Amino acid sequence: MLLIPCPWCGDRDEVEFHYGGQAHVAYPSDPDALDDAAWADYVFMRDNPKGWFRERWTHTAGCRRWFNVVRHTVTYEIAGSYRPGDVPPKVAS
Amino acid sequence: MPDGKLWEDREPGNSYDVVIVGAGGHGLATAYYLARDHGITDVAVLERGWLAGGNMARNTTIIRSNYLWDESAAIYEHSLRLWEGLEDDLGHDLKFSQRGVLNLAHNLPDVREGVRRVNANRLNGVDAEWLDPDDVKKLVPILNTSPSVRFPVLGGTFQPRGGIARHDQVAWGLAKGADERGVHLIQNCEVTGFRRTPGGAVTGVETSRGFIGAGRVALCAAGHTSVLADMLGFRLPLQSHPLQALVSELLEQVLDTVVMSNAVHVYVSQAHKGELVMGAGIDAFNGYGQRGSFHVIEQQIAAAVELFPVFARAHVLRTWGGIVDVSPDASPIIGPTPVENVFVNCGWGTGGFKATPGAGHVYADTIAHARPHPLAEPFGLERFTTGALIDEHGAAAVAH
Repeated sequence: MLLIPCPWCGDRDEVEFHYGGQAHVAYPSDPDALDDAAWADYVFMRDNPKGWFRERWTHTAGCRRWFNVVRHTVTYEIAGSYRPGDVPPKVAS
Repeated sequence: MPDGKLWEDREPGNSYDVVIVGAGGHGLATAYYLARDHGITDVAVLERGWLAGGNMARNTTIIRSNYLWDESAAIYEHSLRLWEGLEDDLGHDLKFSQRGVLNLAHNLPDVREGVRRVNANRLNGVDAEWLDPDDVKKLVPILNTSPSVRFPVLGGTFQPRGGIARHDQVAWGLAKGADERGVHLIQNCEVTGFRRTPGGAVTGVETSRGFIGAGRVALCAAGHTSVLADMLGFRLPLQSHPLQALVSELLEQVLDTVVMSNAVHVYVSQAHKGELVMGAGIDAFNGYGQRGSFHVIEQQIAAAVELFPVFARAHVLRTWGGIVDVSPDASPIIGPTPVENVFVNCGWGTGGFKATPGAGHVYADTIAHARPHPLAEPFGLERFTTGALIDEHGAAAVAH
């Protein structure tokens, strides 16, 4: 089980959280300008790296807030978490 | 073949008409049908580890075709029919056992979805029955059908022609069939890049054992397909997740049907040797680590023990995880890619084993003719642009 550092509550067990997938997927700034392929990319395509990944979690059984985590998808090591708008922790790429 | 080997472990050649990336069930089946049906025998199957050591060694061997939509019923039923003749075709004992697959319903939405799916299956020529709780109890006497449990059994869908097969024998039988027809099976050979013309067309693969030229490249790498697509510069709507399973020690035979439960989340069968084989839902997070979190196993065991009180006395012998490539509509992606000479078969997610011969058969045809096989046509990558998704989350039966 992962030990996830909630930026507000501290380290808690994974079962208290829900996963939100890739972080920093912004809503299109000019939706009217998007064609079908661009919409497909926004709606369905997500990064799926084998390595470090910035991802969203929500502390469902705690503060109920969303935040981001930098986690390695092979070792499952967590480099750190950060609040929305904050700077992600640096990792060797 | 001398000394009883089923297939030869080959050294890589300089180039092949077709290079298949991944020697799992789908890759081996693709090579087998390329050689058998299309006369394309100048084929290499590259495997970064050992043959059939990825998801082919980690699945729960369940075979069925009771999917909801016409497109899915067609391709999964095609696969089931190939299973039904595969032992004779390969001349190899696969321990293919059509013992029936039962999908339990525990709440009203489950019942409605199940009955609807049974009706849809029958219209598509897929054998399916709706069983009420008494019928379920008759079929699987050790199942707890008491109305007083937290998730009572309200009925179930049953596909009598569904069942299990011995996964290693399936891989080895296909490997033998491909090898006999001249296909090279190359292990410990990881694809690290692609060689391309200035126009972008792929002409071969860079590997841990040197460059191998290829007329066509067929990706067949399940959970690692995104890694290969990254090297080629196109995106796939896939997320790789760990999917865990476990076995008990060997027990006397107590269960002769495959039982799956979507709502409480376990699927279980008893292998020929006697171990109970149980699968869990996927771990929620993206992962390539071939292991998951223990609470997923705990929930799965809790479900199994509630459904089968007799299992409380069994012991877990071993747990493991495989990496599954989950697509947004729980349906596979088969066909050409944006890169010339490159084809993809992926997105089978939690349910690829059942599709082994069917996927290989339609994928081989797709590669041979450089256009989608009619059964693969609805499963192209373009459906995410057109919006013509094939939503099989209900029939996929594994929590995503």
